[in-house]
Amino acid sequence: MANPTARPLGKRVLLMGTCLCDAFYDDVARATVQVLEHLGLSVEYPADQTCCGQPAFNSGDWAASRKVASHCAKVFAGDLPVIVPSGSCAAMNRHGNLLQFEETPDAAIQSLAGRTWEVMDFIFNGLGVKTWPGQFAQPTRLAFHRSCHSRGTTTGEAVRTLLASIGNAEVIPFGQSEQCCGFGGTFCVTFPHISGQMGTLKLDHILDTRPDLLVGIDMSCLMHLSGLAQTQGRPVPHLHAIQVLRNTLIT
Amino acid sequence: MIGNQLIDQYACHISDEKQQSVSQGAAAGTAKRYQVLHQDYQDPDGLRQIAAAIKDHTLHHLGDYLAQAEQALVARGATVHFAATDEDARQTILGILQNHGVSRLTKSKSMAAEEIHLNPFLIANGVECLESDLGEFIIQLDNDIPSHIVKPIIHKNRREIAATFLREGIATDYNDDPETITRRARVFLREKYMQAQACITGANFVCADSGRLLVVTNEGNSRFGMAPVPVHIALVGIEKVIPRDQDLAVFLNLLGRSATGQQLTVYTEFINGPRAANQEDGPQHMHVVFMDNGRTNVLASKCREILRCIRCGACQNVCPVYRQASGHAYRSTYGGPIGAVLSPLLFGDRFPELADLPKASTLCGACNEVCPVSIPIPDLLLRLRDKAQRAGIHSPAAIPMSPFALLATSPTIWRTAMTMAKTMNYLPLKIAPIKPLQDWLGQRTLPPSHGGDFRKWLKKRKRNSNS
Repeated sequence: MANPTARPLGKRVLLMGTCLCDAFYDDVARATVQVLEHLGLSVEYPADQTCCGQPAFNSGDWAASRKVASHCAKVFAGDLPVIVPSGSCAAMNRHGNLLQFEETPDAAIQSLAGRTWEVMDFIFNGLGVKTWPGQFAQPTRLAFHRSCHSRGTTTGEAVRTLLASIGNAEVIPFGQSEQCCGFGGTFCVTFPHISGQMGTLKLDHILDTRPDLLVGIDMSCLMHLSGLAQTQGRPVPHLHAIQVLRNTLIT
Repeated sequence: MIGNQLIDQYACHISDEKQQSVSQGAAAGTAKRYQVLHQDYQDPDGLRQIAAAIKDHTLHHLGDYLAQAEQALVARGATVHFAATDEDARQTILGILQNHGVSRLTKSKSMAAEEIHLNPFLIANGVECLESDLGEFIIQLDNDIPSHIVKPIIHKNRREIAATFLREGIATDYNDDPETITRRARVFLREKYMQAQACITGANFVCADSGRLLVVTNEGNSRFGMAPVPVHIALVGIEKVIPRDQDLAVFLNLLGRSATGQQLTVYTEFINGPRAANQEDGPQHMHVVFMDNGRTNVLASKCREILRCIRCGACQNVCPVYRQASGHAYRSTYGGPIGAVLSPLLFGDRFPELADLPKASTLCGACNEVCPVSIPIPDLLLRLRDKAQRAGIHSPAAIPMSPFALLATSPTIWRTAMTMAKTMNYLPLKIAPIKPLQDWLGQRTLPPSHGGDFRKWLKKRKRNSNS
């Protein structure tokens, strides 16, 4: 993992919007822009961006994923911080890429690793915003699924603290929260039985606590969990943490 | 839903009863580990890093430490053997037994022995070989195989065990009270200890500076096994060597806590060589068999960190895939995260047979988080996936990634594709002949496509701010 303390800050940032937001979750990318602008930053979105390369990387096709990662590093070249509303894409830039370029070290890849921030981590630890001046209209119980790619990073604590600081918000603990939701990239379709069982178990634990809202930092986990929940006839309202920050600021 | 992957199929077909046993036993282990480590240490993570560093150092100088350990063991009066392969190890042990005229022995729990299928081999060669660890004893009675490193019968419940005891004549009536089961095993085993002529153990650690051998158990069965016999054989993987006695302070504090949530196992046996002139009990002959069996190849690979493993099973306990599939799903001695890395590597040339194991993971990293020697298991799983791909090993259900790479490196086509993806919202996806899509839709809905909408929003904003 690239050094977490030596990342650039500054008033201009590049937004890595993620392929999932490009395809499905445009509002998460919008919320990221709106929150960062609210914090006084100028946000640029390089138009040639596509994906970080994670699907191929996790499948073991590193020849394919190195091509995508190199494209990504080229698109985000320079010295500006790269902000991404996804723990797993951040982990790909900061750690996965270093692994797959181990034998052929690449300056652009290393530079990207050293400049990437998961957005909540950036707000909390980069910008030093330790409380969020937002407010829910009524008492709201939040179940925060930390997403596995934030393990070993400062993101989980950042999200938990910021969410808990919102007026009328209560972050409620749920059982076996260290367990994965079962998404796992292509795992969710190559191991459909295990993936479904894991997701169902995760939903059982979360829904047991009767949350008003399921909050995550990776739309991939939320897409899997909410899709399962809906099919099982127990739909669960869900948002990315950055949407919660934006929404509670507006109301 | 069921996939083409063998582990997914196995998980789909195991009984609810077995899956529940595994899952509940594993979850309880995870909870206890967390509680005990955090109650006793302010920074358990710091301790894991120290343990990892000691192991890495040792592996880096393994040849030197093995030579030092050999010298120290010999100085204590033990005989040291080196076995390059599983067959060498089996033959070495059989040779020792034949030299000493042994036809009956007891054996305490050893994963190394499981690895080389020692029991069936010895039995086939006329040596009566009885497992003395309660779990392994039950495995032996059932002609089963262990499904967990420290809890070999995690997949069984007490009703099955009571039925086994009745069937095998260990008990004369059915009783599934755990204490009764244990008492009955104890009565049966006590007799066998006295009849045995040798005892085989593994070793959790071998200290190179002192030639001390460590065996930890919760039942004291290795002590019982060794007390009345003249011959002790320890089968030890070469990676079990640590530099100094004092390093045990780190490892013993981590091992019990990580494995079973105990501060120490009930018995921690320090074996200082064969019986000395001034000692009344213990084997006069001590043989230590250091086994390679593929380990030097692992050491030379890009997955060498897996040799730090101290066999605590914490990664198995915490692993969500293991909890669903059980250890038997991994078709090898080691299951769960440790097995998904170690088993294919130890298979050597037969790697392709187990190349699917590293795929059976969401790469969630829980295993790395609990590992007492901080093995970066997800990284190693990824390296093995890369290795399998480069070796051209066919994987069932793999999704070809070259089209994705082409799309993701062609920004114009990508943007068009994103916009066009919106047509998905009007298509009957449920009948589209795309396997991954069907595997998704089989149990989940797909959110509506908003392909390209964010880009449109950005453009519109820019226009508005410019006008």
